[in-house]
Amino acid sequence: MLLIECPWCGPRAETEFSYGGEAGIARPADPDALSDAEWADYLFYRSNPKGAHRELWNHDHGCRRWFGVERDTATYRIERSYVLSHTGSDAATGSDAATNAGTGYSSGNGD
Amino acid sequence: MKRYSALSLLRNALDYNRKWPTAWRSPEPKKSYEAIIVGGGGHGLATAYYLARDHGFKNVAVLEKNWIGGGNTGRNTSIVRSNYLWTEASLLYEKSLRLWEGLSRDLNYNVMFSQRGVYNLGHSLQDMRDIERRVNANRLNGIDAEVIGPAEVKKAIPCINTSPSARYPILGASLQRRGGVARHDAVAWGFARAADALGVDIIEQCEVTGIDVRAGRALGVATTRGPIAADRIGVVVAGNAGVLAKMAGLRLPIESHPLQAFVSEPIRPVLDTVVMSGAVHGYISQSDKGELVVGAGIDAYNGYGQRGSFPVIEHAMQAIIELFPAFSRVRMLRLWGGIVDICPDACPILSKTPVEGLYFNCGWGTGGFKATPGSGWAFAHTLAHDRPHELNAPFSLDRFASGALIDEHGAAAVAH
Repeated sequence: MLLIECPWCGPRAETEFSYGGEAGIARPADPDALSDAEWADYLFYRSNPKGAHRELWNHDHGCRRWFGVERDTATYRIERSYVLSHTGSDAATGSDAATNAGTGYSSGNGD
Repeated sequence: MKRYSALSLLRNALDYNRKWPTAWRSPEPKKSYEAIIVGGGGHGLATAYYLARDHGFKNVAVLEKNWIGGGNTGRNTSIVRSNYLWTEASLLYEKSLRLWEGLSRDLNYNVMFSQRGVYNLGHSLQDMRDIERRVNANRLNGIDAEVIGPAEVKKAIPCINTSPSARYPILGASLQRRGGVARHDAVAWGFARAADALGVDIIEQCEVTGIDVRAGRALGVATTRGPIAADRIGVVVAGNAGVLAKMAGLRLPIESHPLQAFVSEPIRPVLDTVVMSGAVHGYISQSDKGELVVGAGIDAYNGYGQRGSFPVIEHAMQAIIELFPAFSRVRMLRLWGGIVDICPDACPILSKTPVEGLYFNCGWGTGGFKATPGSGWAFAHTLAHDRPHELNAPFSLDRFASGALIDEHGAAAVAH
């Protein structure tokens, strides 16, 4: 069982969360300009690393907000949780992102 | 290769079984090969076997980082069936099922393929509609399938709970009588022995650490036992496909997840078929030793550790006990996890790649075991001719750009 730290609610059991896949995949700025191969890359191709992985989680049985987690996919060790930024990048930012986290990524990966 | 027969069993029994030859050699790797298969699981060994048998390749090596059959081949619930919805998928799995039916004879090795039938349960009106659609699709593709009602389910499987007041009432099932189970270790050993007899070098304890790509062409691999050159390289490594792809500078539309299964203590014969339920997400059969073999779903998160989460175990167990209340007091002996490589459309990739001479066979997700012979057969054809066979052409990498996905995720009704 993973113990995941929600940036707003603190450490909670894995069963309170749902997984949202790889973080930091920005929606194409100009969708009409993309080739089929670029669309395929955006929709389907993932880095799938063995080791450090930045990923999205939703605290859907809690505050229902999306946030980022850096986790090792080989050891399952969680290095840190972070609040998502406004810009679409997944870099850790300050407190301003808290208001954004509920909507920023939900269309991308959460069911 | 010394053939196994009733006579050889008898003769060796008289010698107290001390004179059996080794089943396959352990050769030193050569400097170069016509073809290298990376990954000594069932699919990789089958590929090497069919390359040597059907395509006249004399100089083939299988490189395995641990021991053969030590990954997912030896870590699955060993279910074999071909009742997939979409034509592309069902034809590939049906090819495999037909190979299974003659496999023990082909390999001169008893893979204990037992066609004991596979039931896919329906628990709601929508489940039953989906089952009828899938059964009709199967029949149109020449695959045996039938829809049966709850009374027939109860008759075939007396210990199942068909009470209308059950949490997940059983309204019926699809039944594929030609489906069943096989002995997973024997599949790896049988293919290894038969491939070895055809001259294939099976090299264990040899991990591939790099792929030598120059000017868009793969020339060989770096391994823990030195560099090895090859004209063609087929990568068949299941969960680690993404790691190998990265070595060649490629990305794949694949994510790796842990998948768990468990076996109980041996009990008396109680279940002589295979029962699967997509809605409650558990599947179960009983091994010849009497253990109940139970499969769970994948963990939602990416993972390369060969273990999964407890909530997934609990979920699968709840489903099984709901279906078979009598199993609530059976104790589980072992559980284990494998790494499965999941494609967005839950179908495999058997394909050429943008790198010439490099081929990938991966993305079998949670259901690769049943495809072992068919996957090897089709992939061997792809390597030998540098183009896919018509059975696996729809499973090429370019489907993700063309949009011609084969959406089997829900269609197969369960975790494959």
